[in-house]
Amino acid sequence: MADLREMNEAELRGRVQKLLAEAHPERTDSLTFRRKQYEHGLAWVHFPEGYGGLGLIPKQQLTVFDEISKHSKVVHHDPPAATIGIGMGAPTVLTYASEELKKRFLPKIFSGEEIWCQMFSEPGAGSDVAGLSTRAVRDGDEWVVNGQKVWTTVAHLSSWGMLIARTNPDVPKHDGLSYFVLDMKAPGVEVRPLYQITGEAEFNEVFFKDVRIPHSHMLGKEGQGWRVAITTLMNERVAIGGGGSKKKGGGAIAQLVKLWQSRKPGALSPAQEVLLRDRVTRSWMDNELLRITTQRARAGQKSGNPGPEGSVGKLAQAEINKKMWETALDVLGADGLAFEAGYALRQGDFNVSTPEALAKYQFLRSRANSIEGGTSEIMKNILGERVLGLPGDPRIDKNVPWKDVPRS
Amino acid sequence: MPADFVFTDEHQELRATVRAFLEKRSDERAVRATMTTERGFDAEVWKQLAEELGLVGLIIPEEHGGAGFGAVELLVAMEEMGRALLCAPFLGTAVFAANALLTCADGVTQKELLARIASGSLIASVAHAEPNGRWDLAGITLRAKGTGPNVTLDGEKTLVLDGHVADVLLVVARSDAGLELLRVNAGAAGLTRASIPALDLTRKLARVTFKNTPATRISSGDQTANFERVLALVCAALAAEQVGGAQKCLQLATEYAKTRLQFGRPIGSYQGIKHKCAEMLVSVEMAKSAAYNALFIAAAHEADFVEAAALAKAYCSEAYFHAAADNIQIHGGMGFTWEASPHLYFKRAKASELLFGDAAHHREALAKHVGL
Repeated sequence: MADLREMNEAELRGRVQKLLAEAHPERTDSLTFRRKQYEHGLAWVHFPEGYGGLGLIPKQQLTVFDEISKHSKVVHHDPPAATIGIGMGAPTVLTYASEELKKRFLPKIFSGEEIWCQMFSEPGAGSDVAGLSTRAVRDGDEWVVNGQKVWTTVAHLSSWGMLIARTNPDVPKHDGLSYFVLDMKAPGVEVRPLYQITGEAEFNEVFFKDVRIPHSHMLGKEGQGWRVAITTLMNERVAIGGGGSKKKGGGAIAQLVKLWQSRKPGALSPAQEVLLRDRVTRSWMDNELLRITTQRARAGQKSGNPGPEGSVGKLAQAEINKKMWETALDVLGADGLAFEAGYALRQGDFNVSTPEALAKYQFLRSRANSIEGGTSEIMKNILGERVLGLPGDPRIDKNVPWKDVPRS
Repeated sequence: MPADFVFTDEHQELRATVRAFLEKRSDERAVRATMTTERGFDAEVWKQLAEELGLVGLIIPEEHGGAGFGAVELLVAMEEMGRALLCAPFLGTAVFAANALLTCADGVTQKELLARIASGSLIASVAHAEPNGRWDLAGITLRAKGTGPNVTLDGEKTLVLDGHVADVLLVVARSDAGLELLRVNAGAAGLTRASIPALDLTRKLARVTFKNTPATRISSGDQTANFERVLALVCAALAAEQVGGAQKCLQLATEYAKTRLQFGRPIGSYQGIKHKCAEMLVSVEMAKSAAYNALFIAAAHEADFVEAAALAKAYCSEAYFHAAADNIQIHGGMGFTWEASPHLYFKRAKASELLFGDAAHHREALAKHVGL
C-alpha cells in the first residue's frame, strides 16, 4: 500500500464541508448520505482515492467525524449489522481482491446496503481455527463447498460471507487453506440461528451443501487463505480490545453498585453483609483499574512507548466481568432465583428493562467473555509467549499433513 | 484535569539514574549484607542517595534544601527502590517524616529539620502505631500531658520505621485539641527504643516507650485531616514500591521459567507455569495502574487522592504478595532456599502488605469513600 500522508486540517475540513453541501445528514437518509461520503473519499480516509479514501493517516478519520458532528445534529454512524463488513471485510477486500471486486464490494459495504459476515470458526475448529474442515474442491471455474461454520454473527442478514475453507488436505494445516467471498443467497447455503445459554440467538450456524463459488471470488491465491485471514483477524482484535468505561464508576460497575445500594434491608446477616460488600468493593476496584489500564495504554501509544498494559485488557476484562456478575447474583440473593424474562428461544433483543433483569442476563451472557475472540487460556498463551517471551508448547500437528492430524 | 500517565524524558532519566545506582549499590549481595546489620542501612549509600542523587530530599521544597519534586518523581524512585529491595530509611524518613513535617509542623521546626533530612544527616521517624494493632487514626490513644509548648509522654508506640536509629521521633499523640505532632529527641529522658525482630529483614522496625518523657509541640490545632493525607501519601508511595517489587518477581520468575529444563523442555513452555506468569503480568499491570493513578492524582492535588491511595494500597499489596508467592512456586525447590532470592521479596511483600493496614483495611476505607 502506498505511503499514507497527513492532509492539512483545514483542507480536510473543507472537503467535509463540500460533502455536507451535497448531502446533509439532517436532510438525507443514512444510505444516501453514506454513498456520498464514500464518493468523497471520506469513508475510510486511509484507503486510497477511488476506494472510499484519500490515502491519509487513519487518525484523520476523527477530523471527518468531528466536522460532521459540528455541523449536524444527526450523524449517520456505521449501521450496527454492517460493522463486520466495514471493520474487517473492507480492509481484506482492499488488500486482496481484484480491481473489479473492490469496485463492486467496497461502496456497498460502507453504505450498509450489503451486510457481511465472517465464517471462520467451526464446531471442530475453535481456538485452533487453522485446523478447520470445511472443504472446497475445484470444479472448472468454480469451487464446490461442503461443511459447516458456527458463531457467525449477522449471517441471517448477510449478502456476503468471508469464508475460509480447506482446498488441500495433504499439506500441514496452515498451507491448505483458501479464502473466498461467498454469496450468502447461493443455493446450498443454509443459515440457522444458534441459541445460547440465555435463550437468545446472537449468532448463527451456517451449513454448506454443494455450494458453488466462482474462482474469481477467491481472495489471495489458492493456499494463501491463512495469510488473508490474518488480515481479517488483525482488524477484529482492533474492534474487540480495549474495554472499560471512560468515567470513574461508570459502565457496568454502576449497575452492581446500584444493586448493592438497593439490597433489601435485613436480608443479609451482618457477616454476609461484610463478606458481600468486600466482593462488591473488589469488583469496583477491578473495573476502575481496567479503566485506568486502558487510559495508560492510550497514553503509551500516544507517546510512542506502548508497553504490556495494552495487551492485558482482553483477558482482564473477561475475568473481571464474569466475577462481577457472579457477585451481582449473590447480592440479589433469593431474588436471583427468579428469571422473569424467561428462556423463550428468540433472535434479537433481550428484554433488560430493570437492573435485576440486566444482572441476570449478564450473569449468563458474560460466560462467553472468556471464550469469544480468544479464550482466556489462549490469551494467557499469547501473553506468556509474545509479551513475556516464554517458549511455546511443542506442537504435534506441525509439519504433519492436515488429513493425518487427530480431530475430535 | 485527569491523570494523563505520561512520564516525561526527565522522569525516564531519573528512573535510569536511580536504577543504575541501585544496581551497583543495592544488588543482592549488598541487600543481604545490609539486612543483617543492626542499623539496617549502609551509611555511605544513604549519603550518596542524599548528596549525589538528591533523593533523600526528593519531596522537600528547595527552600528547605530539597529537590522540590512532586509525587510522580516519588513514584519513580519508590518503584526502583522496591525493585532493588533497598535497605534504607527512605520510606520512614524521606517520605513519612518529611511529609508529616511539611504538612503538620510549624515553620521553625520545618526549617530546622527538613534541611538536615534532605542532606542525609538526620534520620527522623514518625511514631504512629500503637500496640493495639490498629492503623486508623482513631486507634491512637497516647496522650500528650501538659498545656504549654512542652509536654510529657507516658506510653508506647510500635512498628516505628527505623525508630531504633532515629535522631528525632515525630510522635502522633492525642490531646484535648485532637491529634497533634510532637517532637522527641533521641536522647530524651525516659525514652527507650528496641529493635523488633522483623519478618522482613530489609526494613527495620522499633518499639518505643516513653516514661515521663519530655516532648515538644510542633503542630497547632487538630491534625486529623492532615495526618490522613500524610498517611495516604505514605500508602501510595508504598504501593509504588510494591509495584517495583512485583515487577521484579515477574521478571525473575519468567527468566527462571525460560532456563530451567525438566522433561527435556523449559518449564515455561508448560501452560501450568506459563499461565501463572501471564496472570502475574495482568495483576502487575493492574497494580501499576493503581499506584500510578494515586501518585498522578497526588501530583495534580486532586480531591480524591485519599480514595485513590486506598485503592492503590489495597490492590498493590495483594498483587505483590501473589507475585512473590508465585515466584517461589515457579522456582521450585530453589525458591524455598535461603540462598536463592525469592524469599527476600516474599518477606518484603507480606510485610509491606501488613504495614499501614492490609488490603482488607484499605478496601473497607475505599468502600466508605465510594459509598458501598
